[in-house]
Amino acid sequence: MASHGLSPSLNRLLLALKYATFQPRCCAVHKAHYSTVYNGNEKTFDKILIANRGEIACRVIKTCKKMGIQTVAVHSDVDSSAVHVKMADEAVCVGPAPTSKSYLNMDAIMDAIRSTGAQAVHPGYGFLSENKEFAKRLAAEGVTFIGPDTHAIQAMGDKIESKLIAKAAKVNTIPGFDGVVKTAEEAVKIAQDIGYPVMIKASAGGGGKGMRIAWNNEETREGFRFSSQEAASSFGDDRLLIEKYIDNPRHIEIQVLADKHGNALWLNERECSIQRRNQKVVEEAPSTFLDPSTRRAMGEQAVQLAKAVQYSSAGTVEFLVDSKKNFYFLEMNTRLQVEHPITECITGLDLVEQMIRVAKGYKLHHKQEDIPINGWAIESRVYAEDPYKSFGLPSIGRLSQYQEPVNLCNVRVDSGIQEGSDISIYYDPMISKLVTYGATRAEALSKMEDALDNYVIRGVTHNIPLLREIITHPRFISGDISTNFLPEVYPDGFKGHQLEASTRRELLASAAALHVASQLRSQRILGNQRVSNSPVECSCWELVVKLGKEAHPVTVTRSGNTYTVEVDGERVEVCGQWSLASPLLPLTINNTHRMLQSLSRDASGEIVLQYLGTSFKVRVLSKLAAELNSYMPEKVPEDTTSILRSPMPGTVVAVSVKAGDTVAEGQEICVIEAMKMQNSLTAVRQAKVKSVHCKAGETVGEGDLLVELE
Amino acid sequence: SKLREKYLINSSQRDCRWYSVSNLSVKERIEKKRKAALLGGGQKRIDAQHKKGKLTARERVELLLDPESFVESDMFLEHRCSDFGMEQDKNKFPGDSVVTGRGRINGRLVYVFSQDFTVFGGSLSGAHAQKICKIMDQAMTVGAPVIGLNDSGGARIQEGVESLAGYADIFLRNVLASGVVPQISLIMGPCAGGAVYSPALTDFTFMVKDTSYLFITGPDVVKSVTNEDVTQEELGGAKTHTTVSGVAHRAFENDVEALLNLREFFNFLPLSNQDPAPIRECHDPNDRLVPALDTIVPFESTKAYDMLDIVHAIVDERDFFEIMPNYAKNIVVGFARMNGRTVGIVGNQPKVASGCLDINSSVKGARFVRFCDAFNIPIITFVDVPGFLPGTAQEYGGIIRHGAKLLYAFAEATVPKITVITRKAYGGAYDVMSSKHLRGDVNYAWPTAEVAVMGAKGAVQIIFRGKENQAEAEAEYVDKFANPFPAAVRGFVDDIIEPSTTRKKICRDLEVLASKKQVNPWKKHANIPL
Repeated sequence: MASHGLSPSLNRLLLALKYATFQPRCCAVHKAHYSTVYNGNEKTFDKILIANRGEIACRVIKTCKKMGIQTVAVHSDVDSSAVHVKMADEAVCVGPAPTSKSYLNMDAIMDAIRSTGAQAVHPGYGFLSENKEFAKRLAAEGVTFIGPDTHAIQAMGDKIESKLIAKAAKVNTIPGFDGVVKTAEEAVKIAQDIGYPVMIKASAGGGGKGMRIAWNNEETREGFRFSSQEAASSFGDDRLLIEKYIDNPRHIEIQVLADKHGNALWLNERECSIQRRNQKVVEEAPSTFLDPSTRRAMGEQAVQLAKAVQYSSAGTVEFLVDSKKNFYFLEMNTRLQVEHPITECITGLDLVEQMIRVAKGYKLHHKQEDIPINGWAIESRVYAEDPYKSFGLPSIGRLSQYQEPVNLCNVRVDSGIQEGSDISIYYDPMISKLVTYGATRAEALSKMEDALDNYVIRGVTHNIPLLREIITHPRFISGDISTNFLPEVYPDGFKGHQLEASTRRELLASAAALHVASQLRSQRILGNQRVSNSPVECSCWELVVKLGKEAHPVTVTRSGNTYTVEVDGERVEVCGQWSLASPLLPLTINNTHRMLQSLSRDASGEIVLQYLGTSFKVRVLSKLAAELNSYMPEKVPEDTTSILRSPMPGTVVAVSVKAGDTVAEGQEICVIEAMKMQNSLTAVRQAKVKSVHCKAGETVGEGDLLVELE
Repeated sequence: SKLREKYLINSSQRDCRWYSVSNLSVKERIEKKRKAALLGGGQKRIDAQHKKGKLTARERVELLLDPESFVESDMFLEHRCSDFGMEQDKNKFPGDSVVTGRGRINGRLVYVFSQDFTVFGGSLSGAHAQKICKIMDQAMTVGAPVIGLNDSGGARIQEGVESLAGYADIFLRNVLASGVVPQISLIMGPCAGGAVYSPALTDFTFMVKDTSYLFITGPDVVKSVTNEDVTQEELGGAKTHTTVSGVAHRAFENDVEALLNLREFFNFLPLSNQDPAPIRECHDPNDRLVPALDTIVPFESTKAYDMLDIVHAIVDERDFFEIMPNYAKNIVVGFARMNGRTVGIVGNQPKVASGCLDINSSVKGARFVRFCDAFNIPIITFVDVPGFLPGTAQEYGGIIRHGAKLLYAFAEATVPKITVITRKAYGGAYDVMSSKHLRGDVNYAWPTAEVAVMGAKGAVQIIFRGKENQAEAEAEYVDKFANPFPAAVRGFVDDIIEPSTTRKKICRDLEVLASKKQVNPWKKHANIPL
């Protein structure tokens, strides 16, 4: 009894000890991302303005703080309480929510620079980062642009010009050639000359936006139309180019870093092959595919290109690599890439710090032989999107609960949001970049599993189910990947984690145990004399757990915090603290640690658990309730083949039909634009249009009725 | 069937020594009657009930209560009608058309009646009413809630006035029990004519979607009197009563979901007006900070946000049992827990009609506040109210009288009252929403609070009528009044708090206020402006 009395204080002591040792270790780990120590004597800038938002703005501010540089954030009105605004020393509102009026509003940003006296501007990625006009205007006012010279931006920003330069610099380029395309028919002719398949993309674009692949004339025409529209709306420049499409390639890019004194380094590669709709989802460094000689060849060509344009600052040279390790220059991004943290992890360099140094005119400290590959780093892009719809359609909402797995070692989370933040239709739906690091790839991968399981995101739909499936897929683990990984592995679309008999039992047992724990808690009314004191807990709970259409009879017995569950003829032991308030549900199931998440629980027995990344809805009923439930009528869900609802929130760009029209299966009905992506919604069957409930220019929410068919 | 076996075993095990030889037949008769009682109107009618997607009266009771906790009363009671052939044995059903008794929900006592549609369509006979009255009297005596599961075609027409008398007997008890023990009605089938007034008198009325109806007169009578064509569902279905009329407080998908939800709901309630609000074991730290709240109120005071986000973030485990979620949505009311203790939540909903007070929301709020006050449940009020809704519809409808109800309810309440002004608290509505002046115990303002007679624009138009520089004047007004200071310097709010600390502060205050004692002047009863 005495020891029992001691235990709370002992516990606290133990906790304190754990905390005391844990904290510095974690810090050390955090620092391990950057092995180079910042030199405080090297004077750079007093004040930098960050012309961006979200995670990259926060990322830049962090390094500025380290370097003792004052920071200025710019923000749109809806972002006025965003994390990057709070982190910065000063903040200036540069306009309303739409990016064209705020983050792309050069006049307002120039005003902000003048009013705050910022000496330099870090543009992050996207927005004005590769805008030569912006760089020119900064130069005109004597403000340093933290990035390459206007000349390099211009040369590399244009895909056609960049290819010419690359060729001249003896960099391998993609077969087939290209030119500015003005009409659909011209596009078809060029495509035929090159030979199908071809890729059509915006000349000014990057990051997969405005990019379409065509396998025949028809698709070329359609692709031309979409890409030119998107190019116009995203980049204000509707020029396109067409080139040979390399089937089943890998996307591997080389990080380069150059100074203003003609020195340039390659900081190894990043493997970015896991993509959906040409946008990266999971990246890693190094690549499992490259041998040292290929790596060197790619690195050297990248450096040649950088030198050819007198590049300074950090940049990325993207290559397509075919199965025979032939590599072709794709494009050069003259900015900090989204996925730069994995390069930082394996090289120990702080790229933002280097960019700032270089911008100030310092020489690079490092020589090529100083650049190591230390361990392995993986990055998962956590997006607010529904992975069950074409591997990810944007979702919006308010992060009602949000907890990053930063308490784990070797985990880095770059984010610009926090609990309570809004994911709006105005900006990129990225929640964070989750980076894990390890001595080996296996270590980094297993850490990523843990990190994804410990990541609490509520209020928006997110892609953690997909990320976790990717990083645990045998093909990914073996390194057998290409840019077609997702469509090849999930030809019928992503369907979430597929349970096996044993994992199904674990899930059912956990749900049953959680149900019993919650039922028992309902009986614990404190200090109430009027609760029956004859024991109400039955020794054995007979339950039925329904998962999908299948009902599984289950019996549960309890001993302390351990629940023994008989399910499908097997015995499963589930042990945990059973906190009914925490979103995380750490359990030990048959002696294996599992981190489940409790997403919701309601009075009618419905429990939603996140297990192995995917959320599963089960219903736990007592045997009696389950028996009686069989009398309850099934309510018929509405027929979805005759109504078209918006799959995501966004703006209606075009409505291609009117009431009374007959549409063929697959015919376009309307186009919704969300997060700068245009999505064509098509008829699922041949039918007559009964009524149209939307018009071009309208904003629609997810699930809003657009068109009814007869 | 398992239930039936249990009874049979119990009765056969009973010691028979006390019976004389001739009474052996009595024993048999007892068993026979019990068996009959358990079958209600017979297997055929039970099957018919199931076919309609409804459970039987006994199945409902079994599902509602803890296993094996039901203690039935008056199983042998039969109707006394001797007209129209009702006296024949085949028309006698032991227990008649209602199952009554007591039991426990999570160990806590409750009295229950469950009308049996398989016996004469659940119609109310004198005997039926007598059974209900008996358990209601017992519930009053010991101080325990009464739950009614309604599934009845109406009055037992064969009995005439005796049936009507039965209704009145129940009504009287409903009224006497009001404010003494919680009374809950769950409508699980038809409930028409005079019968509707019993649920109407109880504290909460829940319905089952698609299978339950509440109306004074059915569609046929409506057609003949007013020539309106209306379906049962449109006239008195769950949707109508939870969205249009406000008669019912919530609707559930089916019998099973309704009963399971009722169990959950019951956990919030004290057993009687002599019992404190229950405190359940709580796993949510009472000092938990909620950083999300610091950014929840938008900068533009005209922009909406969801008050439910605030409620969910503050209460234990995001668990909020909303009352009338689809009626008068401009006010949010419902039950939650703070550090395990049941609390009543009232909040203006800026998302709907800017959260203004109108007739329906005032009445909805007032009734909820009075329930909480009657049953010792502390009230937490979140205020973001631009005022009362203007217009002829409101004035002609009597917004003055109805708005006064909410004012009355808050003023009269003596339970712990904690108020948080999240944004607007304008005009008379500020006074109404559990203000300091109405004996609010703790009144907080968030930094975004604006306590003023009206919005800046309107105020400036009055103060500076006809003057130029309206914009300048508006800015001055905003600077002066669109912040929490005018109220704080006068002590009308006790503190201006960081929103993220709201949960922590409320939990602490509730602990202090647990011993609050406040008594209103003696009166026979108050006279709320009905």
